[in-house]
Amino acid sequence: MSDIRYTDQHEWVRVDGDIATIGITDYAQEQLGDVVFVELPEIGKELAAGDEAAVVESVKAASEVYSPVSGEVVDVNGEIETTPAGVNEDAMGDGWFVKLRLSDPAELDKLMDEAAYNEFVESLQ
Amino acid sequence: MRYLPLTETDRREMLGVIGAKGVDELFRDVPESARRDGLVDLPRRNGELEVERIFERMAAKNVAAGSVPFFVGGGAYRHHVPATVDHLIQRSEFLTSYTPYQPEISQGTLQYLFEFQTQVAMITGMDVANASMYDGSTGCGEAVLMAHRVTKRRKAVLSGTLHPQYAAVVKNLSDFADYKLEIMAPALPGTSEDVISRITDETSCVVVQTPGFFGELHDLRPIAEAAHAKGALLIAVVPEIVSLGVVTPPGEMGADIVVGEGQSIGNGLNFGGPYVGLFATREKYVRQMPGRLCGETVDADGKRGYVLTLSTREQHIRREKATSNICTNSGLCCLAFTIHMSLLGEDGYRQLARINHAAAVKLAERLAAVPGVEILNKAFFNEFTMRLPRPAADVVDALAEKGVLGGVPASRLLPGAAEVEDLLIVASTEINTDADRAAYAAALKEVL
Amino acid sequence: MSGMNKQGRPTSIDGAGAACARETFTGNKALEHEEPLLFELDNPGACGVDFDDPGEFTSRLGNFERQGRIGLARVSEPEVMRHFVRLSAKNYSIDAGLYPLGSCTMKHNPRLNEKMARLPGISDVHPLQPQQTVQGSLELMSELSHWLKELTGMPGVTLSPKAGAHGELCGMMAIRAALIARGEDETRTRVLVPESAHGTNPATAALLGYKVDAIPATKEGRVDLEAFKSKLGPDVAAIMLTNPNTCGLFERDIVKIADAVHEAGAYFYCDGANFNAIVGRVRPGDLGVDAMHINLHKTFSTPHGGGGPGAGPVVFSEALVPFAPLPYVVHGDDGFRLVETEAQAKADGTTPFGRMTAFHGQMGMFVRALSYMLSHGSDGLRQVAEDAVLNANYVLASLKDDLSAPFEGPCMHEALFDDRFLKGTGVETLDFAKAMIDEGYHPMTMYFPLVVHGAMLIEPTETESKQAVDLFIATLKDLARAAKSNDKDRFTGAPYMSPRRRLDETGAARKPVLRWAPPVPAQAAE
Repeated sequence: MSDIRYTDQHEWVRVDGDIATIGITDYAQEQLGDVVFVELPEIGKELAAGDEAAVVESVKAASEVYSPVSGEVVDVNGEIETTPAGVNEDAMGDGWFVKLRLSDPAELDKLMDEAAYNEFVESLQ
Repeated sequence: MRYLPLTETDRREMLGVIGAKGVDELFRDVPESARRDGLVDLPRRNGELEVERIFERMAAKNVAAGSVPFFVGGGAYRHHVPATVDHLIQRSEFLTSYTPYQPEISQGTLQYLFEFQTQVAMITGMDVANASMYDGSTGCGEAVLMAHRVTKRRKAVLSGTLHPQYAAVVKNLSDFADYKLEIMAPALPGTSEDVISRITDETSCVVVQTPGFFGELHDLRPIAEAAHAKGALLIAVVPEIVSLGVVTPPGEMGADIVVGEGQSIGNGLNFGGPYVGLFATREKYVRQMPGRLCGETVDADGKRGYVLTLSTREQHIRREKATSNICTNSGLCCLAFTIHMSLLGEDGYRQLARINHAAAVKLAERLAAVPGVEILNKAFFNEFTMRLPRPAADVVDALAEKGVLGGVPASRLLPGAAEVEDLLIVASTEINTDADRAAYAAALKEVL
Repeated sequence: MSGMNKQGRPTSIDGAGAACARETFTGNKALEHEEPLLFELDNPGACGVDFDDPGEFTSRLGNFERQGRIGLARVSEPEVMRHFVRLSAKNYSIDAGLYPLGSCTMKHNPRLNEKMARLPGISDVHPLQPQQTVQGSLELMSELSHWLKELTGMPGVTLSPKAGAHGELCGMMAIRAALIARGEDETRTRVLVPESAHGTNPATAALLGYKVDAIPATKEGRVDLEAFKSKLGPDVAAIMLTNPNTCGLFERDIVKIADAVHEAGAYFYCDGANFNAIVGRVRPGDLGVDAMHINLHKTFSTPHGGGGPGAGPVVFSEALVPFAPLPYVVHGDDGFRLVETEAQAKADGTTPFGRMTAFHGQMGMFVRALSYMLSHGSDGLRQVAEDAVLNANYVLASLKDDLSAPFEGPCMHEALFDDRFLKGTGVETLDFAKAMIDEGYHPMTMYFPLVVHGAMLIEPTETESKQAVDLFIATLKDLARAAKSNDKDRFTGAPYMSPRRRLDETGAARKPVLRWAPPVPAQAAE
């Protein structure tokens, strides 16, 4: 199963088995502008839903990326650490941030699906 | 009023455009209870001549350092500043410009900041330096906070070599930011201090000053090794930056952060400020560094240029998540440093340091010959500590009566510490002549 | 994600049009020279100073002798002079033109102040000289304190903070010290800060461990009194408020705010960045302020110096005076005396919270500020505030129909505009500002305060003549007209005429180059 969920803070989460991949949305990368730096968590760190998972910086803005779900960090995207432009180029794909081992899949139900998120973004403009 | 160009006619015309009857109308949002109709209770305006007279009267009540044999140090040093420095820093384009937020029309400031950063990194033996802090003491406080961020620990150890007022600044920050601090007893020259045993798994950093408060040069290598073994950082503080012209830089002794007071290069004594804080570190810690940074880039035509960079660390972007609340740097003092250091260059800087060391050695030899005086230091640069047969504060006052400013009594900065009461910290730089040294020795002999 | 700056300024250099000027062989443009880095001027054997040899002496450096080359450039004095003069030519300055940076108060810097600061009896004095040899310096500090207290209507002042943000930190520390003394430090953990505040305010509160709680603004650009009152509670330590605020408006409800803060047992910190608007006319002490820093480099005209040094003395209310930090000056029978240790303070009956810096503060700035004050006098300072406010309102009234203003006047010392007038033009605030550079002006403050979209904050200051302000207004009108009439390239590629065009800030941040390094082959040859 591969289904993408969204938060109102512009993070996305894609679940594959018990592994959740987390990133920021295309809308978010566009608003941020050129990403120049990404700070990722240590592997093994336990995150609760809403915890700060990463930091993403453009030239003039810095934002925390919050984890939409709870779990243990099992992988981070070293590529975007060395080449932050990757977040701008493919925010929803290769520009992912962290992978978690889900501890509470029920949390996903509280998040938006694509249609709801698109509507939410519309409302911001 | 000579500084105000608007005339009464101008003001009337402008009020007409605004549609206000009088200027009071523009202040109508001020609550009535706080409006003042009359003038505040202070003197009226003065012409240039009157203002000069007022300041000259006050100046006459001071003893200028240059008017007497002068040997005061303790974190601020009197050096000769080339005439070029003061001329250049008074150029309008440097003196009256703002922070270089518009890089297209601020390349002058930005390029010298880049040169400053390079000079500071070179002399400290570190990878990178920022565009300066307020001064050495506040830079030291910031360095400790940075070490907490890097190590994610909350406890610093301050060696007894650290200037007591620097330690007070760090303590103040730690008190309010709820960090733990261990401040060691004053490290008198000739005694050994065991910093290493204080380093634990909880320690974020050790702060050691060299030359130390008492003028002694300290070996940082074993401390750096011990700190790194426990995952802690070594912060080295250099209050007299001329020393690095002849002394092994902290960067070559394993320091992770170097904080310096740059006043000695390009800047006068000014009764304690403004000075210029130097701040250098290892490349890997750059993003945890406080303060402004200038970086190289290119413009739309591909030409090399400079910008303030990594500014997301700073308060105007990160607000409550900033690495520090610091907003300004020491701009013009930092420019004075850069220009003076440019004039000195590799050879001049080394030679200046040698002359300073020679001056202090010669003074130490002369004063050691005064009966009752004991020089405590083993290794020193341009400042040393002597033990006198009676309280140093009284001796300094008596010397001042005789027209010699003889140094800093340790008790002034370490009040209540009985073991320092008889200690006098004495500095000598290139400004001192043989006649100055002779005058000091003679006066000291009389006073003791 | 948090804190996403939806007004993020574009900073890449894509799409900037080509330069129109003819290229020269040298890259120089007449009076403006391309200048290499100092290190590229290195000429082994050259030196900009002459020293005598120190002669024979026995080294006492122990085993700490520096080995190897440091790498500093070797350059003669004429070359150093030329290098820095050429660099200076690449800077805009208040001496050269109007500098309308809102909230920065870029006013004329009288040279008399520089001259006074350089009197040897004032500049050539060591902070640790015996006190009987520095009576003039202590008198000067005492005199400055007197002026600051009178002008603010506050009973106490501390001079030592090194800059505005440092003063803020000092003021908030005094507040926390007072709360500790009251036994309420554990319970009062929240600091209220308006959305429109300078970034230093939340950064300062956070540094002291406070939780920052934002207060929303009303449609009129002021603190929402009701929303503010609803946020007050027994856990609030202080409010940090800028007045006049960052929208250039006087907070009409300020006395009510102060009363409510005090009733709730909290303290009122005022950011004094905008004191220039009210100096001599309104005293913060009469508004209920407990602590306020004063940027001597703004209101009292000590030069900005390309980013410093500043100075940020803090005035205190009766409630906070006992907690003011070390050192301070007292006057007794035997002259002036510095209280610089805890023991001395105890004897003096005060309980300082600690020390902000080594020594006594930015003396060099104190001299300049006092010289400025003595020159103006009580009458001149009042005129300063009035002319600053008059100039700003004149700008607002003259431009509100050509640009767009989010709030009704009168404003105080600065006029705020937004980017509605640029809607549909393809020109953004940043582009508009960069086009001002080509017209010979430094841009206004942009994208601040954050509460207004595409903000442009203009502070002309009182030292601009009507003629200068008229020309500035005419230029902005011309630019606004150009933006609205499809002359987009004039803006999006701007500046074209400056020593550098837009710089690649993204590239600078992605791969930071923070120092010069010798080219590799040259290094090998050393």
